[in-house]
Amino acid sequence: MFIPELILVGSMLLGIFADLFYDRKHSFRVGHWIIGGLVVAALALYLTPASESITLFMGTIVADPFARMFKYIFLLTTTIVILMSLRTDELKTVRTGEYYLLIAAITLGMFLMASSVDLIMIYLSIEVVSIVSFILAGYLKTQVRSTEASLKYVIYGAFSSGIMLYGFSLLFGLTGTTKLFEIRESLAALDGGTLTLTVATIMIMAGFGYKISAVPFHFWTPDVYEGAPTPITAFLSVGPKAAGFALLIRVFNTLFTGTDALTASVWQSLEGLPWQEVMAALAAITMTLGNVLAIQQSNVKRLLAYSSIAHAGYILMGIPVLSQSGIYAVMFYVVVYLFMQLGAFFVVITIKNKFGTEEIEEYGGIGFKSPYLGVIMAIFLFSLTGLPPTAGFIGKFYLFSAVIDAKMYWLAIVGALNSVIALYYYMRIVKMMYLQGEREDELYMPSKFQSILLAVLAVPTIIFGVYWTPIADWIRNSLVFFLP
Amino acid sequence: MDWNILSWLVWLPVIGAGLIVLVPRDKGDTMKWIAAAATAFQLIFAVLLWSQFDSSHVGFQFQEKMSWIASFNIQYYLGVDGLSLPMVLLTALLSFLCVFVSWKIDKAPKGYFALFLLLDAGMMGVFLSLDFFLFYVFWEVMLLPMYFLIGMWGGPQREYAAIKFFLYTLAGSVLMLVAILALYFTCGHTFDMTVLMAQANDGLGSMTWWGFNALKVVWIMLFIAFAIKVPVFPFHTWLPLAHVEAPTAVSVILAGVLLKMGTYGMLRISYPMLPDGAIWFAGALALLALINIIWGALCALAQTDLKKMVAYSSVSHMGYVLLGMAAVVAAGAKNGGNVLAAEAGMNGAVLQMFNHGTITAMLFILVGVIYDRAHHRNIDGFGGLGARMPIYTGVVALAFFAGLGLPGLSGFISEAMCFIGAFPVFKTIVIISTLGILLNAAYFLWAFQRMFLGKLNEKYVDLPEINKRELFTLIPLAVLVILLGIYPAPVLDVMKVTMGHLIQIIQQSSLLAAF
Repeated sequence: MFIPELILVGSMLLGIFADLFYDRKHSFRVGHWIIGGLVVAALALYLTPASESITLFMGTIVADPFARMFKYIFLLTTTIVILMSLRTDELKTVRTGEYYLLIAAITLGMFLMASSVDLIMIYLSIEVVSIVSFILAGYLKTQVRSTEASLKYVIYGAFSSGIMLYGFSLLFGLTGTTKLFEIRESLAALDGGTLTLTVATIMIMAGFGYKISAVPFHFWTPDVYEGAPTPITAFLSVGPKAAGFALLIRVFNTLFTGTDALTASVWQSLEGLPWQEVMAALAAITMTLGNVLAIQQSNVKRLLAYSSIAHAGYILMGIPVLSQSGIYAVMFYVVVYLFMQLGAFFVVITIKNKFGTEEIEEYGGIGFKSPYLGVIMAIFLFSLTGLPPTAGFIGKFYLFSAVIDAKMYWLAIVGALNSVIALYYYMRIVKMMYLQGEREDELYMPSKFQSILLAVLAVPTIIFGVYWTPIADWIRNSLVFFLP
Repeated sequence: MDWNILSWLVWLPVIGAGLIVLVPRDKGDTMKWIAAAATAFQLIFAVLLWSQFDSSHVGFQFQEKMSWIASFNIQYYLGVDGLSLPMVLLTALLSFLCVFVSWKIDKAPKGYFALFLLLDAGMMGVFLSLDFFLFYVFWEVMLLPMYFLIGMWGGPQREYAAIKFFLYTLAGSVLMLVAILALYFTCGHTFDMTVLMAQANDGLGSMTWWGFNALKVVWIMLFIAFAIKVPVFPFHTWLPLAHVEAPTAVSVILAGVLLKMGTYGMLRISYPMLPDGAIWFAGALALLALINIIWGALCALAQTDLKKMVAYSSVSHMGYVLLGMAAVVAAGAKNGGNVLAAEAGMNGAVLQMFNHGTITAMLFILVGVIYDRAHHRNIDGFGGLGARMPIYTGVVALAFFAGLGLPGLSGFISEAMCFIGAFPVFKTIVIISTLGILLNAAYFLWAFQRMFLGKLNEKYVDLPEINKRELFTLIPLAVLVILLGIYPAPVLDVMKVTMGHLIQIIQQSSLLAAF
């Protein structure tokens, strides 16, 4: 049902109204309202029957266990990002009432992305997320970087959604409908027109590739991630990316596959359409380029931006294998990625607040100045690298196993060697924090709120590396798609 | 056994590390004593394990098996046999001694000893796990403490050395991960090593990847992973750097235990799981062994830094282990089933792993002793120390002679066994590699002459003699070196049955080998 979405909209309206009564200094309280709304939405989501699998609004969106799981992920991400935003110094100088409203609007957009089954609805939901992201990336109006980030984001965004829309229109021209399930039937019966279909597929891939920042649609990522307020960077690198993957899984497996897709354990791609190979190659290139470019970065946010490109590449490995275990691995990785990526960014925020720097070179000795921050950051970085016993390793383990099960050994080896490159640049941060500097007598401990939030992100990063059966079961139960 | 002795062996150091973290950071001595207690109990348990071990039993003993992640068929599965027991003893002994070697660590002792104990747990875990996933986790878990131990407490080039070590090893490990998963999906969806040993050879042997036999591909991936650890030429370049930059105790652990993991991995995993691969690769292995022996010795000869010389001597000595392992083909059908030679080689290899662990540990501790006093390690910078430090000189002489393989000391027996085993099959290689013995003698004796004989260097007239703590760490090793040189049976008896069984597996497979 649509109740969680309605609650989100309601809390936004309430937030707008409440914002009228706050002055600039207290406008952050809107964030509290929105968190309240998110919690209620989560409760509403919890109260809907877990196995619900229906279509809504004339078959344009679905509510199924797959979408439901992603909705939980979005709610959790948004809540954490709002909590982070409440504690960053970057936003102290601006009025933040609208900021929180816009974040809630993105959450609504992501909800729709995870559940759209109609081309128009897909386009609209992507645009809701994108346009609001443009505004948030440029939220620090007075800073040149932030404004630049926003402008770049707009240009790339407009360009790639234009391409995607063109692909949609070709698809519509071939089949005469915008509904995914109907398109699927027409495509199966399609006689000729493979070239048009191939072009349409690649164009659609471009649009989605932009959303998940896959190479070669990644150019906006580093500048936007560097210029945007850090909580927004964290948000963009997790939330919309996860939504992009949800959409990618649903659309490609519905449209361009054989008849037993998403129900059998392994399936085939549509005959004569080589998107499987293209996407595998895209995954390999994305992770390699992201990792190689990350090596040279001197700014932590840029480094994490490039590394997030690499992570998109890892996750992308799970899609062209066309199997339940592939999708399973993608979902698993998204869950663990949420914790480690948001955690790493929150450490960056805390360090920026206290030590006033985002340059890796200036991270020297932070492990001694603040043992708590140092250890927590190290945990996140090891997890991002994919070293046991952290959740990041298990995520990669599932991805590799899906790829190897599909006998795409070359892709597994590329992915595995990429972990080694990743180690090099992640360890650069660890090196600065620990291998330089000496014992300090004055230790810095983040505020209680920050420490708890960091622990909330770090503890699962370790626990799920040792015992992950709960998530594994949760995902297994969520691997149910609405199919007519 | 009801009380899960193997789990205690693995988790005792972790408990110790947890306690150390709780100690206030000014109480350095408390941390050291906790570390000493944890490793002492571990050593006692290891000896207990040895005393209750039934060496006539084929297969794994003291097994512990629990389901860990049921959906992926991952188990917490520990067990010990004649191959892992010597390694367990070695690890426990060296860890215990190294706590005392590290006694003078003053920089951030909490971090040091906590990480050291985690490293200890990781090593124990590698030697005891029988589930491939668990094995991999322990294998990787070791890397993190090692990185910090080298990087934070090491010498001037420690940052570079630490990351180089980490990158090399991780590159190998990820290939191993791919190989593990390939084995999982082609051989019955299991990580259980005992099951894989029964199924992997036939499961992979019939498949083709990229035009190659899948078994060979997996073998190569595993071999690279293990070869980097050993290290086998040309993957050895991380070793001198890491050994030289690491603090003394960490060098001891690196050379004494970590290098053995490479050869242990081959004997525990590659050999029994893919015996066809072992036979196919034996020739190459013997050749690599030869290169290791000669190349390592030549490099050692060229060094002016004492620690670097000892590090390269490890490359050379690990070559003997590889040579002994290659000798297993002697039992193969093509070579007339010479089981005696295979036994000599394989038992010699494992004995050499153990002996090298004790000898190289002595050497590194001794280097540390002189470095603590003179603050340099330049071989030519000393001279005539023999008169000034007679006890130290005596211990160094013993360690050097053990290192060059003097009869009567432990290194001689295991090296001789490796040569004897390999000779029937690889005559030329063995003949050339005996040159290594000569070279070994050359650099050890030459270094000894330059450091201890001749006129006393004026700078060092006041050099204090080796102290009691240092002697305490050296004496147990020296006793072992002498004892096993005269009577190696206690260690050989433990492994004999297990190695015999392994040879049998390979021999049987050679009768049916596909290539």
